[in-house]
Amino acid sequence: MIPGPVMVAAGCGGTGRELATYCGDDGLDGLDFVTRSITLDARAGGPGPRIEEVPGGLVNAVGLPNPGLEHFLATELPWLVRAGARVIVSIAGATMGEYADLARRLSRAPGVAGLEVNVGAPDEVGVGLFEVREPYHSASVIAAVRREFPADRPVLAKLRPDVSRIVEGARSCHEAGATAVVIGNAVPAAFPDGRSGGLSGPAIAPVALRCVAEVARALPELPTIGCGGVHDLRSANAYLDAGAASVQVGTALLHDPTTVARLRAAFTSSPQED
Amino acid sequence: MSEVQGPVHVEAEVVATKRIGGYRHLTLTAPGVPERFRAGNFVAVTVEGHVARRALWVHRVRASSSYGPTLDVVVEDRGAGSGTAWLAAQPVGTRLALTGPLGRPFALPKDAVSCLLVGEGYAAAPLFPLAERLRERGCGVSLVVSAPDESRLLAALEARRSARSVTVLTADGSVGLRGTVADHVDDLLRRSDADVVYAAGPHAVLRAAAGAAERAGAWSQVAVETPTPCGTGLCHGCVLPVVGEDGVDRVVRTCADGPVVRGDRVRWEAL
Ligand SMILES: Cc1cc2nc3c(=O)[nH]c(=O)nc-3n(C[C@H](O)[C@H](O)[C@H](O)COP(=O)(O)OP(=O)(O)OC[C@H]3O[C@@H](n4cnc5c(N)ncnc54)[C@H](O)[C@@H]3O)c2cc1C
Ligand SMILES: Cc1cc2nc3c(=O)[nH]c(=O)nc-3n(C[C@H](O)[C@H](O)[C@H](O)COP(=O)(O)O)c2cc1C
Repeated sequence: MIPGPVMVAAGCGGTGRELATYCGDDGLDGLDFVTRSITLDARAGGPGPRIEEVPGGLVNAVGLPNPGLEHFLATELPWLVRAGARVIVSIAGATMGEYADLARRLSRAPGVAGLEVNVGAPDEVGVGLFEVREPYHSASVIAAVRREFPADRPVLAKLRPDVSRIVEGARSCHEAGATAVVIGNAVPAAFPDGRSGGLSGPAIAPVALRCVAEVARALPELPTIGCGGVHDLRSANAYLDAGAASVQVGTALLHDPTTVARLRAAFTSSPQED
Repeated sequence: MSEVQGPVHVEAEVVATKRIGGYRHLTLTAPGVPERFRAGNFVAVTVEGHVARRALWVHRVRASSSYGPTLDVVVEDRGAGSGTAWLAAQPVGTRLALTGPLGRPFALPKDAVSCLLVGEGYAAAPLFPLAERLRERGCGVSLVVSAPDESRLLAALEARRSARSVTVLTADGSVGLRGTVADHVDDLLRRSDADVVYAAGPHAVLRAAAGAAERAGAWSQVAVETPTPCGTGLCHGCVLPVVGEDGVDRVVRTCADGPVVRGDRVRWEAL
């Protein structure tokens, strides 16, 4: 029931079509693809420049651009399903009601393998989203989504890799019905000019790894999915060795669009070894 | 044989490097890329020590050479940013991860109409393969190559084969007409009697060319550059504000929905 061991992280696989080109003959067939976060209404995203390089990573304030649920259901989802991807739809809402609405409508859409609830976006990226600073906020969102989404399909809670709150956050989401927790999202950061954004890429891997290890120790029964800086077998195995059931690949795809295909092939030929 | 399509991610190799004025011209082998190329496409290359990639216009492709098929790119030789400076310094034999061809190319007219091509600096690069394609279709090509000064003028000499007229503009008047594209484009368009205007260069050049086309009742296509982190359409990080076919304002991805778009669709004030 837990996807993986290699998944595409939200917002880093385009609409799926662009990525398929770099995945060999099979394209997205059998690949666990997390969509960019989908909101009820379309979002244009933030102004440019949305992304800047820093040593070891990227700072982004992309602002969750997406065509809104209606358009996603009509165009992007059917394409992904036809391509054979295991589609996990990332959702983001401004209110609890919106999260519930998104979950209900996605539960009826053919081909949705699971949901990932974005409850850990860095502040600037998630402008206009439901405020989820406190673990009980995330838990209430997860509970609202779980009520609307069939119990036999996973609901993943995606959390910020904040080591001071991660165990508490993961526990609340687990109790609220999350199948697994994704640790983590981009880390709150600033652009060189001071604007707020989120840091991603190899630079944040040690931060997310620490969070995964803490959760695995404190909550061994809760599956975790490591996300942050995965770019090769070694960085993926670090998460799996720390207790993660699976990993997600984001920024590495922007640097080399074949990363996910190569990692999948590596895991197929030598499961979870260096 | 079925037509080869879509971009590929390959290991490219620098097989020649030449300084011309302020630019460095690199000739690369990149298996499968020259074969798929259409004028207006670009490539994304990996630069050592950088996460984001660098987008580069393709200046020329050769179907065969002693190295097999090759493509040429043009980068600033000095005074450029850290990534392009690294690229310009690479010797023959350097291997680079390269993805391409990327983006929507220039659309070609169905009929043998006359076309005005306006480009500035290194960004004039894609107009050279475009001129060749247009000539093959029987279109009359008037080429305008502009630059701040002579060192940033892409050699127009070889274009004389594909163009029926070539005009050179420099801001400082060091060669050709003195002034900017904005100063001369209405006049050049009138004289060329073109039905289609193609432009490539800084936003001011594109905007001036698109404006002139609109005033003259011609079509325009512009090749837009904006900061492009991945080049492949995956990150939604490059922002191109346009007006959709339906009249609705939208923000599209420069790399995947552009970089070539209709000039009258760009919301210049939001760029
Ligand atoms: C479609 C397209 C075609 C291009 N073709 C060429 C070309 O043929 N020759 C050439 O020399 N340059 C070209 N550029 C610009 C080039 O891609 C470089 O990214 C840009 O010059 C900045 O990188 P740098 O390493 O020089 O500077 P740095 O300061 O090291 O770059 C900093 C960051 O800003 C981004 N960035 C800043 N300005 C731009 C810009 N105008 N375009 C894209 N990214 C930017 C870079 O990706 C990088 O992440 C093109 C850009 C685009 C979008
Ligand atoms: C360009 C970009 C867009 C992103 N979009 C989303 C998004 O829509 N929803 C989300 O939950 N996370 C989003 N993220 C966060 C990533 O999914 C991932 O959690 C984070 O970048 C850390 O992993 P990485 O280091 O492998 O990129 C985005 C990240 C980047 C760089």
